[in-house]
Amino acid sequence: MVSAKRVMADLRVYGHGYLRNRVGLFFGLIFPVILILIFGAIFSSGNSGTLTVYVQNQDTGPFPTPLMDIATQFIDALNSTGTLNVQLAGASENFTQYLSDHSSADGIIIPANFSANYMAGTSVNITVYGNPSQTSSAVVSGTVNGLANAFNLRRFNGSAVIGLAQTTVNTQQTKYVDFLIPGLIGFSILISPMFSLVSISSEYKKTKLFKQLSLTPLTKMEWLASKVIWYIFLSMASFLLMVAVGVFVFGAHVTLTVWLIPFLILGPMLFASMGMLVGTLTKNPDTAAVIGQVITFPMMFLSGTFFPISFMPEYLRIFAHVLPLYYVVEGLNAVMVYANYAQALIDIAVVTVITVILFVAAAKLFKWRED
Amino acid sequence: MIPVEISSVKKSYGDIKAVNGVSFSVNEGEVFALLGPNGAGKTTLIEIMEGLRKRDAGAVKILGLDPWENGYELHRKIGVIPQDFTFFEKATPKEAIKYYATLFGVKVDPDDILREVLLEDSAGVLFETLSGGQKQKMGLALSLVNSPELYFLDEPTTGLDPNARRAVWEVINGLKSKGKTIILTTHYLDEAQQLSDRVAIMNHGHTVAMGTSDEIIAEHGSGERLEIHGSEKLAAYVKANTELKVEYDGKGLITIALREKIDALAALAAVEQSGLDWGDIQTRRDSLDDVFVKLVRGIIDEHGEITVAHGSNNSSSQRRR
Repeated sequence: MVSAKRVMADLRVYGHGYLRNRVGLFFGLIFPVILILIFGAIFSSGNSGTLTVYVQNQDTGPFPTPLMDIATQFIDALNSTGTLNVQLAGASENFTQYLSDHSSADGIIIPANFSANYMAGTSVNITVYGNPSQTSSAVVSGTVNGLANAFNLRRFNGSAVIGLAQTTVNTQQTKYVDFLIPGLIGFSILISPMFSLVSISSEYKKTKLFKQLSLTPLTKMEWLASKVIWYIFLSMASFLLMVAVGVFVFGAHVTLTVWLIPFLILGPMLFASMGMLVGTLTKNPDTAAVIGQVITFPMMFLSGTFFPISFMPEYLRIFAHVLPLYYVVEGLNAVMVYANYAQALIDIAVVTVITVILFVAAAKLFKWRED
Repeated sequence: MIPVEISSVKKSYGDIKAVNGVSFSVNEGEVFALLGPNGAGKTTLIEIMEGLRKRDAGAVKILGLDPWENGYELHRKIGVIPQDFTFFEKATPKEAIKYYATLFGVKVDPDDILREVLLEDSAGVLFETLSGGQKQKMGLALSLVNSPELYFLDEPTTGLDPNARRAVWEVINGLKSKGKTIILTTHYLDEAQQLSDRVAIMNHGHTVAMGTSDEIIAEHGSGERLEIHGSEKLAAYVKANTELKVEYDGKGLITIALREKIDALAALAAVEQSGLDWGDIQTRRDSLDDVFVKLVRGIIDEHGEITVAHGSNNSSSQRRR
């Protein structure tokens, strides 16, 4: 029943109108780029300066050969990342007191028998002190985490320590911009379709434009389809723009694969449907706008768009799991940063289910004409 | 086939009976006006006929179709301008016509249509910057795209200045001369008289009168009467010396109802006999305005627009002559 001709006709008129509207264009394409420039600048400046971190090495040996002093190798590797400037604290100091004496929140403790445990393959923890509200702490824990992974890998396949450490350094330095790009792509996938559809679906109802369209052969499915297609286009354009800025301005490492396509198609469809539902279920444009914002803002900040959800306390992390955008952003990260396709597959499945539910609900509840 | 047939149509919103049992039919090529003050139920009724609203009761056949059940099919065959026509703000009239043409799957020349509605000069202007009259003309233009035989025009000139109104009338008269069937709602009396063959006067969800202007006047008007400018004393003299129904308005106007032409002679003879002074004499019959004011107890303001009188005081002193 859906006529591609009519969908295209509606798409053409809507697209023309959209491109003529500078506000929409700004929020759809320019604003995410501005965000990436701002956040990218903040994060990359945080990375370019070396961060001072205090390290207490409690693993004092003795070691049969220097090669077996893994603790020292680990500290050297930390130092050579270029990210951290390691300051050693005496092994007998009260470390908490020591940090506070140096007005620092960032510290690392390498426990006693670290090297021995490592060699034996027994699990051992490095303690990282930090202040979760500061990006510096995230850099420290990220760096330690990265290095620990590298050392763990090395433990099992025996690659050279230095080589591994170098690899880790590269990934680590660009990690924040790399992470920022999927997050902001998720942000733009959310913002434009959601706010536009909330606004037009409630406005068209008020101005009776829907009634008028109902007097033509255009069906509401065709109308909805044309909006979804438009926002898929817009998200793709926004995606390319952001990736270009990320790569050329900040030297981000972005993996472009076909795995991105499901997210760029399902995402706009999901949030267009959600916006449509809000506009349909509310009485007037003002109420619709408020409800739209109440739904959008928590999702915008708590889905891992601007900072990783690992920064958030446990209860917020649990809350994040009910936000549809969380799965979009997690999926984009899985594809673009971690190349973790098993994770991406789960996210695609979750996003597909939510999208289908919302789209069907929007198409069913949305009415051209009133009783 | 009779294009429009409705009977006993009802529609309520909560306790308010917007349309309360309306019946009429409209013939092919006829222009039919629903005339009434705001809130009379005109828009609800026309939207029921267009298939935009569901009726509570009654039968409606538009081009042989039930507009609510077969709306999708019906809409290909009718042209509609809803009240306060609006469109995508960032689209031009030309784009709008092309858009409608694709939706309806018809081939039209947008310039032809724009010429027909006298909008060719604004073909490339964004809808948001068009004037009220131009917007309304664009609505007319879009209703022409699928070349319908039947048009519904809901208050096509409300809020327009006199020039814009006349321009819209010109377009509607053009449709009329092509033999199209048109139903329009209006709260302008002159619009109903200028454009329509038949009028239904609506008030509080009912039709209070229906027919051609002459039919309505004949049925609901007071008939022919003689008006004489003279004193109360003269009025009393005529009343005492004839069988006629004589009224005095207290301000020097005597009105005598004429059941037959010959009554005028009797009245004038009595006037002459009285030896009292008298001024202008004329015979008069109710105009559609007079009937309308009487039927809906409305006031026609200086723009020719009807508003409903509040309270029960005699509103006739405020009516337009």
